[in-house]
Amino acid sequence: MSNHYLSIENVQKTFGRGPEALNVLKDINLTVDRGEYIAIIGHSGCGKSTVLNVVAGLLDASAGGVILDGKEVNQPGPDRSLVFQNHSLLPWLTVYENVALAVNKVCAKTMNKAERKEWILKNLDMVGMSHALDQLPTQISGGMKQRVGIARALAMEPKVLLLDEPFGALDALTRAHLQDEVMRIQADLNNTVMMITHDVDEAVLLSDRIVMMTNGPSATIGEILDIKLPRPRDRIALAEDPEYNHYRREVLRFLHEKQRKVKPLQKAPPAEPARQAQQA
Amino acid sequence: MTTDVTTPKTTGALVAMKLRPSPVLQEKLLHLGKTFLANVVPPIVVLAGLLALWEFLCADPASTLPAPSRVISDTWELIVNPFYDHGGNDLGLGWQILASLERVAYGYALAVIAGISLGVLVGKSNWAMRGLDPIFQVLRTVPPLAWLPISLAAFQASAPSAIFVIFITAIWPIIINTAVGVRNIPDDYRNVARVVRLNGFENFTKIMLPAAAPYIFSGLRIGIGLSWLAIVAAEMLIGGVGIGFFIWDAWNASMISDIVLALIYVGIVGFLLDRMVGFIGNRVTRGTSA
Ligand SMILES: Nc1ncnc2c1ncn2[C@@H]1O[C@H](COP(=O)(O)OP(=O)(O)OP(=O)(O)O)[C@@H](O)[C@H]1O
Ligand SMILES: [Mg+2]
Repeated sequence: MSNHYLSIENVQKTFGRGPEALNVLKDINLTVDRGEYIAIIGHSGCGKSTVLNVVAGLLDASAGGVILDGKEVNQPGPDRSLVFQNHSLLPWLTVYENVALAVNKVCAKTMNKAERKEWILKNLDMVGMSHALDQLPTQISGGMKQRVGIARALAMEPKVLLLDEPFGALDALTRAHLQDEVMRIQADLNNTVMMITHDVDEAVLLSDRIVMMTNGPSATIGEILDIKLPRPRDRIALAEDPEYNHYRREVLRFLHEKQRKVKPLQKAPPAEPARQAQQA
Repeated sequence: MTTDVTTPKTTGALVAMKLRPSPVLQEKLLHLGKTFLANVVPPIVVLAGLLALWEFLCADPASTLPAPSRVISDTWELIVNPFYDHGGNDLGLGWQILASLERVAYGYALAVIAGISLGVLVGKSNWAMRGLDPIFQVLRTVPPLAWLPISLAAFQASAPSAIFVIFITAIWPIIINTAVGVRNIPDDYRNVARVVRLNGFENFTKIMLPAAAPYIFSGLRIGIGLSWLAIVAAEMLIGGVGIGFFIWDAWNASMISDIVLALIYVGIVGFLLDRMVGFIGNRVTRGTSA
């Protein structure tokens, strides 16, 4: 028994049954302390989202389990709020209403109407979206949608904030801007965060630990890298920092040397003569 | 004196508050005006051309169909007096159309309630989908009028039979579109509902209905069009007051001009019904439905 805030214990996930079964995750073990910022990195399709969805309770683990603050996770709930890669705002609700949907449900017992309204506005203000309260999601940019998604997730005051490639669909400038914003908010609120990313710089810049996953099928945690850079972190200063570059290199080495996606080149040659034969 | 001065001022202020002419609004109005012109001028020109052609083709007094000018002179009484009541079936065209609209309203309202409910059921439950979908697919191809004899046999009265025909005509596109809409709700929306733990009812009203609304409204729009198509034909058979029977009656009395006028009214009402449902859909879905 561990006394960590969040612990993922021997999680295994298999999709499907019988001969078609696909074993995606195997022996995932991870413990996270309160206030820790964890980044999960790994090649596409290895099972990062699956891990996050198991923690969220949206997927059931085939074996093993997740314990959060002493309780086993067995269904989704507002104590593990998610920010999805594709924002997943409800398109028929305005920015304000999207956050209100969550707050009015989650905080119904703890706050009165006026307090809830104030809380919604406060969270939208925190991500800099106060100016667009009455806009529909279709009327705002991708970066803004992601901000609203973050506001909605933060407004539930989750025990763990789960981010699935939150900035993956954004351009580099917007992404950098939002990363800075998340660091600022994190410094204030000191949330416990698990974030999936494909971006090595993002992982090193934002997190306290980087969890590197091996390739699937049967993916598991390959290495865990402690990032001991002092906070607050500044991206420009860090660009020259030897320690920062050391961490970066470690992650790159893991992804591109140890877990390189080997394309089976051997299969290509037989196809060539076949095509020539057809042409002849 | 003072009241005389203040009253218009207050109303003026009220109007100004309501129609706050922000620059955005002004630009919108200008844009609207332009699109209005661009959309209205071509149909008017084409319509004038077609009328001229029709007038020319039917100019011969011996022609089987009346020319537009004949139609107008023959039916002038009907045009200017849409709401006369000479007793019995001898009512103005306005009454006839209202009678038809009333039947459509009952049948369509029932179809909306039953159609959306069944559509949600078929969309949510795989079992219901497998069981009901093949039946729906067969039944929806049955022409509306083919239902009339069986409903007359069942209800033994023409009024409920006409309403039933409307119901059974309009319900299929509503069921099918609702089911597709419910099936196509992205997992992300469901996940949002699960994370904030909406209960079944909240999930239905706050996620499912709005998410499926664009599909539902395209079903509703097809449904209202089909209802109007069916009512005219059904009324020809059941008789009584209604635009369909009016047309049939005019045919029996060889009043072709009356028929032409009635057809124009039928077309315009059908168009307005379609637009009305489209407009409501647009409002409800905040512009996301077609
Ligand atoms: N519901 C499902 N049913 C069957 N297989 C699934 C399901 N969800 C995911 N998988 C499979 O599990 C594997 C891991 O998927 P997952 O989405 O977790 O990857 P990922 O690491 O998040 O990838 P990416 O970085 O591209 O988002 C993939 O091979 C995928 O095909
Ligand atoms: Mg993923």
